[in-house]
Amino acid sequence: MTDQPPIISIRNVTKRFGTVTAVDDVSIDIKRGEFFALLGPSGCGKTTLLRMLAGFETASEGSIEIDGQPMLSVPPNRRPVNMVFQSYAVFPHMTVFDNVAYGLKVTGVPKAQVAGQVREALALVHLEDYGRRKPDQLSGGQRQRVALARALVKKPKVLLLDEPLSALDAKLREAMRLELVHLQHSVGITFVIVTHDQDEALSMADRAAVMDHGVVRQIAAPGTLYEHPNSRFVADFIGKMNLLEAKVAGVSGGRLAVEIDGLGRIDVPHEGDASGEIGIAVRPEKTRLSKEPPAGDLIGLKGKVSDVAYYGNESHVLLDTDTGVRFTTTVQNEVRRTDSSVLIGDNLWISWSPEDTLVLSE
Amino acid sequence: MTEATIRPPRRRRSRSEINPLDYLKRPWMQLTLFLSFLFLYFPIVTLVAFSFNDSKRNITWKGFTWKYYEKALNNDSLHDAFVNSMIVAGTSTVVSTALGAMLGLALHRYRFPWKGTYEGVAHLPIVIPEICMGVAMLVFFNAIGMKLSLTTITVSHIAFTIPFVAVVIRARMTGFDVSLEEASRDLGASEWQTFWHVTFPYMIPGLVAGALMAFVLSLDDFVITFFTAGVGSTTFPIKIYSMLRFSVTPEVNAASTVLIVITLSLTLVAMIVQSRWAKGRQQ
Ligand SMILES: Nc1ncnc2c1ncn2[C@@H]1O[C@H](COP(=O)(O)OP(=O)(O)OP(=O)(O)O)[C@@H](O)[C@H]1O
Ligand SMILES: [Mg+2]
Repeated sequence: MTDQPPIISIRNVTKRFGTVTAVDDVSIDIKRGEFFALLGPSGCGKTTLLRMLAGFETASEGSIEIDGQPMLSVPPNRRPVNMVFQSYAVFPHMTVFDNVAYGLKVTGVPKAQVAGQVREALALVHLEDYGRRKPDQLSGGQRQRVALARALVKKPKVLLLDEPLSALDAKLREAMRLELVHLQHSVGITFVIVTHDQDEALSMADRAAVMDHGVVRQIAAPGTLYEHPNSRFVADFIGKMNLLEAKVAGVSGGRLAVEIDGLGRIDVPHEGDASGEIGIAVRPEKTRLSKEPPAGDLIGLKGKVSDVAYYGNESHVLLDTDTGVRFTTTVQNEVRRTDSSVLIGDNLWISWSPEDTLVLSE
Repeated sequence: MTEATIRPPRRRRSRSEINPLDYLKRPWMQLTLFLSFLFLYFPIVTLVAFSFNDSKRNITWKGFTWKYYEKALNNDSLHDAFVNSMIVAGTSTVVSTALGAMLGLALHRYRFPWKGTYEGVAHLPIVIPEICMGVAMLVFFNAIGMKLSLTTITVSHIAFTIPFVAVVIRARMTGFDVSLEEASRDLGASEWQTFWHVTFPYMIPGLVAGALMAFVLSLDDFVITFFTAGVGSTTFPIKIYSMLRFSVTPEVNAASTVLIVITLSLTLVAMIVQSRWAKGRQQ
């Protein structure tokens, strides 16, 4: 898989709508058989990028190749990709069967083969018995399955999904995540999914591109995005992050000395170079609360509890630290009790290991 | 008569509003209703009733008869006028529905320079006084040296019904989800296939409503027809008018009643077709 050329190759693609630059000089290679996510806040250009892959928008600059073929002047109906629309776009006047058969019929697949292929596709999404129904007799989740079957029956090289889960309720969304991943494994097709939900991207994708205002900030596997974000934007967008502004005071042998207002000088591990203003960050779950100042080389900050949010399995404690920055930490509720072990107004120390500290130069 | 078809198909009602039928319990509402029905329908009811009156004059009731219907039926020139009207209305409906649908679709879908102006001009026939339209048509046909005939009537009917069809189609298309067309293209269909398999089926209720409106507008048009009709190309409304000039007999009532029945049944058919469609494709 690693040596094969990418199935999709996006090269320096820019898309402008009048004065708005929706996609700005984006380059991405998507591997064959990969589950790839385009992740970013609303309006960052995810949908526009996906629509350029499908052929509904033309890039203002740059090139897109799918399976080695340049796609510049190829209309949507001639591209080896299929799309699942955010609204599902299931044809309301056709039965489920006819919806799935549509893509085969219009391209002249012999009648004799259509029925079999449609039945196969419906089985894939567990809708075998729904062929005769009309879309208005289906639930949202079922309609989405129809949209999936309708695209998969075409055996595309890439399946494009625009926020496929956003219209479902929370429980169903969770179930569909797993199902989409299983589906992708069983059909072996490359999936490109657009989402603004970081949990969705982290839990489903093999790799994700994090976008911000039309620019790709980082492309990496979920673990890397979470543990080694390359910028404040990615760190903040994916998961919760405690962030301190710092000044570099010195670099030596894989360690970085930084100066932080209200904390003083600390030492953190860091590969490579850094200078000037940087961000020092730590994930909430990597921090501890204690009554006493931390021992050893742990980094500690004193603060006052300003809020405790209870989530059942864990609680989120907000701490106003001496640096003026509000920290979040998670406390696992390991013991069964209904009163909180941490109270608002408590003066506590928050601490973490230098190894868990992130240095964000962007 | 035509109002019922102008409105786009009704959408879901919001749940929070007061039940409109509750107003019916109030006396002032009942009075208003009674008066408006009286003014609206009393003349029509009288017209229909006196078409069955066994008397030469439309003043006193003398007993029930079908006589004047027979007379109207056997009146050759009335018969010819009816056939003429059907030919004009049928032809102009087909053409104006096709052209109006294209206009409505184009206005719905595309953005182009001067669109607002174009739209206003295209819809002008709806507001221009009919008498002006009629005169303009007459002058136009004279200028290009076209003899007044059924053809000139048909052409002018097409011209003034197109915008009505366009408005109806446009109203219908505002509820259309463009991603349906994109999905169709994405699944391998050409633009042409997409139009016939996806867009057109969605337009059908609008087309039915638009066609019906065009038909009824053409069928009962008097003013424009009056200016563009030549010798031997009399339509039904014109014929009724000319009969009135000689004498007001129940035969005129009978002919008018036939016209009313035709328009009412067509409206009914259209409403049934539309509600069937609405039921079949709730989203
Ligand atoms: N057809 C268009 N004409 C003009 N501007 C557009 C058009 N399509 C998108 N844009 C603009 O491009 C930017 C990116 O839009 P896009 O739909 O790709 O965002 P997105 O990342 O999918 O957001 P969301 O999560 O809200 O769907 C937005 O600022 C949007 O207003
Ligand atoms: Mg979007």
